[in-house]
Amino acid sequence: MTTSVPAISITGAAYSYGEAPVLEGVDLEVAQGEFLGLVGPNAGGKSTLLKLILGLFEPQAGRVLVLGRPPDQARRLLGYVPQYPAFPRDFPITVEQVVLMGRLGSGQGWRRWLGGWSQTDHVAARAALQEVRAEDLAGRRIGTLSGGQLQRVLVARALVGQPRLLILDEPTANIDQRMEGEIFDLLRVLNKRMTILVVSHDVAFISAYVTRVACLNRTLVCHRTETIDGGIIHELYGEDVRRVAHEHTL
Amino acid sequence: MIEFLQALSHHAFLQTALLAGLLAAVGCGVVGTFVVVKRIAFLAGGIAHSVLGGMGAALYFGFDPLAGALAASLVSALLIGWVRLHWSAQEDTLIGALWAIGMAVGILFISKTPGYSGDLMSYLFGNILLVPTRDLWVMAGLDALLLAVVLTFYRQFLAVAFDEEQARLRGVPVTFFYLLLLCLVAVTVVLLIQVVGLILVIALLTLPAAIAGHWVHTLGRIMLLATGLGAVFTSAGLALAYSPDLPAGPTMILLAGATYVASALGTGLLQRRRARRRATAA
Repeated sequence: MTTSVPAISITGAAYSYGEAPVLEGVDLEVAQGEFLGLVGPNAGGKSTLLKLILGLFEPQAGRVLVLGRPPDQARRLLGYVPQYPAFPRDFPITVEQVVLMGRLGSGQGWRRWLGGWSQTDHVAARAALQEVRAEDLAGRRIGTLSGGQLQRVLVARALVGQPRLLILDEPTANIDQRMEGEIFDLLRVLNKRMTILVVSHDVAFISAYVTRVACLNRTLVCHRTETIDGGIIHELYGEDVRRVAHEHTL
Repeated sequence: MIEFLQALSHHAFLQTALLAGLLAAVGCGVVGTFVVVKRIAFLAGGIAHSVLGGMGAALYFGFDPLAGALAASLVSALLIGWVRLHWSAQEDTLIGALWAIGMAVGILFISKTPGYSGDLMSYLFGNILLVPTRDLWVMAGLDALLLAVVLTFYRQFLAVAFDEEQARLRGVPVTFFYLLLLCLVAVTVVLLIQVVGLILVIALLTLPAAIAGHWVHTLGRIMLLATGLGAVFTSAGLALAYSPDLPAGPTMILLAGATYVASALGTGLLQRRRARRRATAA
């Protein structure tokens, strides 16, 4: 693994939907092995920045590189957990099949695209479900899962392709607080072998886990987690938000 | 029923009709399942109705109407797909427009076809008893093509039907497979027009898969069960229509519709009873 190449390297990126600029002059460099939290108010451009990194949008100015390559060529090195699943919950599909979807394009030679799943794919899907402690859900229909279970399955789908960079968009928005801790404990373990970028609106909670926080409200400012205080939060949100006393153990 | 079975052994046209129904069932089971889970029934309706334009043009210029139907269905599938991908905001309006324009073009061509002897009704409502033996071969060929494409790219079709964003992130050419799926729908529409006509195509494309979806819960099983149901509806519809001399297409559709309603009510009742039992057990 070439650790010298940054996991994410963004220079001067800008994006706007029509008139209103969403991102302006965004510079961000994430080293491999980092656990970066991306926070900011609603409509601050967090999702747009993710879409640039995922290669779903092209920046209108500036440059985005993921693991040293243009994003659309780095996609198979990425795992992505969306905030809202893009599929209907009543789709006739089992948990194992959903996880297998994360293996598309992973095989060798013609098996990469033609025919069905290989034995290797099934083994990888089982292992990913085990890692998120959801192996007993493998045969369940996706529509019968609770919010927390679905979130684990989506993390397994992102892990099954052996990503080097894991991106999660508000992974705890739809689940209760106990689950929130469990998900972040899992991410802490995963961070030992991959770079993690997690989007959240809750700076207080994630700063207990991440190594660095990037604050995005059209423009981007980075902070070491040790330095986050009320002043920074005030500057970011324009008001005092829910702020819980927390210790930086990192 | 016995009367129908006796007639079946004597009359070649009934055997051809039965086979046509069975061949159509393969398309409605496999592709119909995608139409239902991807929720593109309206889009499939647009493709089906615009086919009349191609049939009319083919008749007018002296080509085989089946070739005209196939060409028109593929063109309208690609057009509708392109519209969805680029102007998603106006999708329903544009599909509606294509739907009506296709029919208007077809009716104008048919009315101006010199020495036209066919029956407009048989295109609109189909006539399974008039399917020529040669068309059976065409239908079998189209079925083989559908099955080959779906089996080869099963994972990609599943991914595009399930979660387009995730598919794109895994490097699946989503636009290509979406348009290919619409082309499969177009081919299936042509298969089914032979049996029930273009107005009723949408019922055979959606009802068997929707009924199957009540009872089984993976894509592959829904396809198998829907194909079986399609075979039952076309065969039983043909048999039921025989003695009272009813048109076969609408009989099949009513049978499928009645089964759908019964199945929806049945699964609803079952679910409620199961929920109550769980509540009392807890």
